[in-house]
Amino acid sequence: MDNLIILKQLQKGAEATISLANWYEKKVIIKSRKIKKYRHPQLDERIRRFRTIHEPQLIYEAKKAGVPTPTIFLVDTTNMLIIMEFIQGKQVKYLLPLLSKTERSKLCFKIGELVGKLHFYGLIHGDLTTSNMILDDYDKLFLIDFGLGEKQNELESRGVDLHLMKRGFQSTHNQFANASFRDVMSGYSNVIGEPFTTNILEKIQEIELRGRYVEERKLK
Amino acid sequence: MANSINEIYCLGIESTADDFGVGISTCSGEVLANISDGYIPEKGGIHPREAARHHAMVASDVLDKALNQAGIKSSDLSLIAFSQGPGLGPCLRTGATVARALAAYLNIPLVGVNHSIAHVEIGKLKTNTTDPITLYVSGGNTIISAFNSGRYRIFGETLDIALGNCLDVFSREAGLKHKKGIPLGAALEKLALDGNNFVLMPYIVKGMDVSFSGLLTSAVTLLRQKKYRLQDLCYSLQEIAFAMVCEVTERALAHTEKKEILLTGGVAANNRLQFMLSLIAKDHGVSFNKVPLEYATDNGAMIAWTGLLAFRSGVVTPIEKSMVKLRWRIDRVDIPWIT
Repeated sequence: MDNLIILKQLQKGAEATISLANWYEKKVIIKSRKIKKYRHPQLDERIRRFRTIHEPQLIYEAKKAGVPTPTIFLVDTTNMLIIMEFIQGKQVKYLLPLLSKTERSKLCFKIGELVGKLHFYGLIHGDLTTSNMILDDYDKLFLIDFGLGEKQNELESRGVDLHLMKRGFQSTHNQFANASFRDVMSGYSNVIGEPFTTNILEKIQEIELRGRYVEERKLK
Repeated sequence: MANSINEIYCLGIESTADDFGVGISTCSGEVLANISDGYIPEKGGIHPREAARHHAMVASDVLDKALNQAGIKSSDLSLIAFSQGPGLGPCLRTGATVARALAAYLNIPLVGVNHSIAHVEIGKLKTNTTDPITLYVSGGNTIISAFNSGRYRIFGETLDIALGNCLDVFSREAGLKHKKGIPLGAALEKLALDGNNFVLMPYIVKGMDVSFSGLLTSAVTLLRQKKYRLQDLCYSLQEIAFAMVCEVTERALAHTEKKEILLTGGVAANNRLQFMLSLIAKDHGVSFNKVPLEYATDNGAMIAWTGLLAFRSGVVTPIEKSMVKLRWRIDRVDIPWIT
């Protein structure tokens, strides 16, 4: 592509390779959904095409919902890549353990507010791990990686979205998982209101109980 | 063969599902015996009561064989370990009864072991890995786990049925039969080799979780419509189901930044799945480790080895606390032996 100089590869994920590049003298991120050789070619093409088209649409919708996301500059469905804004900041995954209790609580509240805004607007993120949250140098929180997202109003989908985040906290940030998730839910409640939050908390519990070998499911 | 007088011998009993297994291992990680006898249902899946009846019938024979293979007497044993859960109640209780009786008779300590953790620990021992991300796929489990601050944490899992369950149910619907030495999954894999026409079916990945029930329904529906060759359906079902677990394993790998992938459980026997994961490992510059089949399927040696690990860090299970735990998630158990 013209005027595109790749500076360095930042991350190689399950979905895409993320690189930092220079494009018309501007620093940008290239999210390239490369062929996954382990997948059947037909399945691979379908997944990559669907997500490459779908993700920018959701990122744009998220902006309308008031959730900071990187701005999309270009979508290329021949090479299955997206060129988007580079956000200078830190991944929440690395940031959370370094913060003081109060700072962490504040950040989690903020995370909850953003997720609340998404859900209120009818969007599901689909992969709410702390790897997919960036706090920029001006203290603004961004959500990234909407490749598994969907437009959905169902309680079930919202419940799964939050359940995955809760389990992510437990597996990655076990030392403060419960407190942090509580803070997330108060931020969520602040946006979406208490009655709905009560419903969703019940839903999350229901989803947890559905899991395999959950002790609490034992008949009393 | 037993030689050192000071060696600690642990006998482990595995009976969570269709296999009754007895293994004997030593402190140094040597497996002296690993004997198993599997229950094969006449039709349908595992009937818990019938499986438990089978276990009770073969128990003493399997115990004798294991002691013979190890070349030791029961009085040489220092420890009895048993799989305390998760699994099928009647099967678990049969194994636990044998374990309690042995421990009480020999007057040696008893250790209850979590079945899923035992899979990971024997896998690490047999593949020389230290801190892997583990994909554990079997008839009852689909878990992506890794060690983090004191426990094995669950990074991803199935939201409904297990991968092996999905493949088994489809195989039975297709009229395949479980024969001694040829599980349903192997029969399905063989048919899939002759498939070449890819049939698209639901691919469900939610973050690091997967769901197979929709895929199974779709595959069974297509099977009944008789529009496609069975080989093509087997092939496509494997391709889609395996791609799902591969994607979430890769995601967990990228998230945790671990350097080893460990594949275990009954479905680990599948060559296609092994190959797919090895490609991911290569792509990320990490090692791919497949647990040898004898230790990947349910076996007594894994229970014996994990029992030893636990015992050496001070874990014992008094008989009055040795009730089986049908529901016992991997992330509920403290792991004092990893520091």
